Amino acid sequence: MNCRVLLAQIEPTLGNLSANLELHFAEIENARKRKIDLVLFPELSLSGYFLRDQVAEAALPGEHPVLAELCQRSRGISIGAGFVERGSDGRLYNSYGFFEDGRLLHVHRKVFLVTYGMFDDARDFAPGEQFQVIESRHGRFGVLICEDMWHVEAGYLHFLSNVDALIVPSASPGRGVIQDEEPGMRSVRAWSRLQDALALVFQIWLVYVNRVGSEDGVIFAGGSRLVDPFGCEAAALATLEPGRLEVALESQTLHRARLAMPLRRDAKGWLVQRELGRILGQQNT
Amino acid sequence: MSRLDIQCDLVEQLLVRFLRSEVGKFGFQRVLVGLSGGVDSAVSAALCARAFGPRNVLGLRLPYKSSSPASEADALAVVAALGIETRKVDISAMVDGYVMQQDIADRVRRGNVMARARMIVLYDVSAEWRALVIGTSNKTELLLGYSTQFGDSASALNPLGDLYKQQVFQLARHLGLPARVIEKTPSADLFEGQTDEGELGFTYAEADALLERMVDQRLGEEELVAAGFARDFVRRIAGRVASSQYKRLPPIIAKISDRTVNHDFRYLRSWGH
Repeated sequence: MNCRVLLAQIEPTLGNLSANLELHFAEIENARKRKIDLVLFPELSLSGYFLRDQVAEAALPGEHPVLAELCQRSRGISIGAGFVERGSDGRLYNSYGFFEDGRLLHVHRKVFLVTYGMFDDARDFAPGEQFQVIESRHGRFGVLICEDMWHVEAGYLHFLSNVDALIVPSASPGRGVIQDEEPGMRSVRAWSRLQDALALVFQIWLVYVNRVGSEDGVIFAGGSRLVDPFGCEAAALATLEPGRLEVALESQTLHRARLAMPLRRDAKGWLVQRELGRILGQQNT
Repeated sequence: MSRLDIQCDLVEQLLVRFLRSEVGKFGFQRVLVGLSGGVDSAVSAALCARAFGPRNVLGLRLPYKSSSPASEADALAVVAALGIETRKVDISAMVDGYVMQQDIADRVRRGNVMARARMIVLYDVSAEWRALVIGTSNKTELLLGYSTQFGDSASALNPLGDLYKQQVFQLARHLGLPARVIEKTPSADLFEGQTDEGELGFTYAEADALLERMVDQRLGEEELVAAGFARDFVRRIAGRVASSQYKRLPPIIAKISDRTVNHDFRYLRSWGH
């Protein structure tokens, strides 16, 4: 893989599809001019996040003209964008579409719906049930939407599927302002620590795209970043303000990391499967 | 370091971002704040000045005839320090028009009328000035219910509502507000000699230390007593928090249909904005 990626740290407007679409188009066309291969938007970038009853109103069926338009724009530049999907099963999903070469190549449906504290995802969305790999012209990608990343088994499945990069679109609010050993928002530090760790142990590029802006007082943190396969931050955007970040993902660093430490060679998926069978079997009896 | 010590530069950044995002999305560029001369309204006004520029912030001074002249001087010191717009509306006539006519002597009732008279002026001027009313209630007073419902607690949005009183003081120092505003004894100035801590019966330091453990860390009574808090103090504060919940929520609506405002008609204020 060798691709130039643009992380679009935008501020979507809640439930205003046309305004958000314009924001997407502006970023896509700017990226196209800059010879970017892949432009990535945050979670629910086309709809905004705390939709509640707007979820049904914001839902796009697979044949919706907006998705068709994004397909059209994906000729020559691949696009990742978040939207409320009305599945052919009638359920509503928190989804991330990957558009490439004029078609919707892949849709990941958020599996781990965040439902505690200020979050109520599972009330409004049906959970996805798969972690499939995107076979892009630019590499093998796995998408983990926001809370998906916190469930290490999700990343592990993509690790076993031999992805080159994890794409993590997010709508993560910034919180935790107490003076601590390190400066910055507690939530942002926690996210970064986990991203670094996942990139390190799975030996992948990790692309985190978070949104900014405030929805009724919940302030999204931004801080989109790229972590390299050694678990080190390669580039990052500032928190809280809109921004865009151009980064390069390439194979060489992946190979070096995997050569230095053959975690992939030594992975024992079959053992995990056997042990899961045993553990889950015990739990069921 | 205490769990009440905040990163002031970060909090300033977050709250300025919050103000810009939430005010701008509704099509407003200007805001107004009722300036009491106290530290809370001074901090709110200072954050607004940073978010929108001082010329887009109106600090309204709203004295009653018995208000302390020192409060007025402190409010003017805040105006001067921030360079914001200001205006004075004396609420004596509108308050007395009701209080004198009804012969109300109870100072709590009188204080509530004053607080609500100020709310009326703030909202009226907000229409004239095409601005949103920015709140000044901190987390301590919200949790204790130490405010007048529909009075000083009324606002369009409130940047201070997640900051305990001591954190407001930290932010006030960080923002370089006049020392006289930071160092004076907190008072609602609704009657002569009133102080918050005298009226509450405990200090803000005590209340903040307990509330942070009770609300943020979710410690139970036994854990709080083990941490050194007197059991009767814990119960008293917990009682205040629970009994004032009504002040923190919109009115209760009887649900008789399938879809009811505030029950299952679920939209943010940011709906479409």
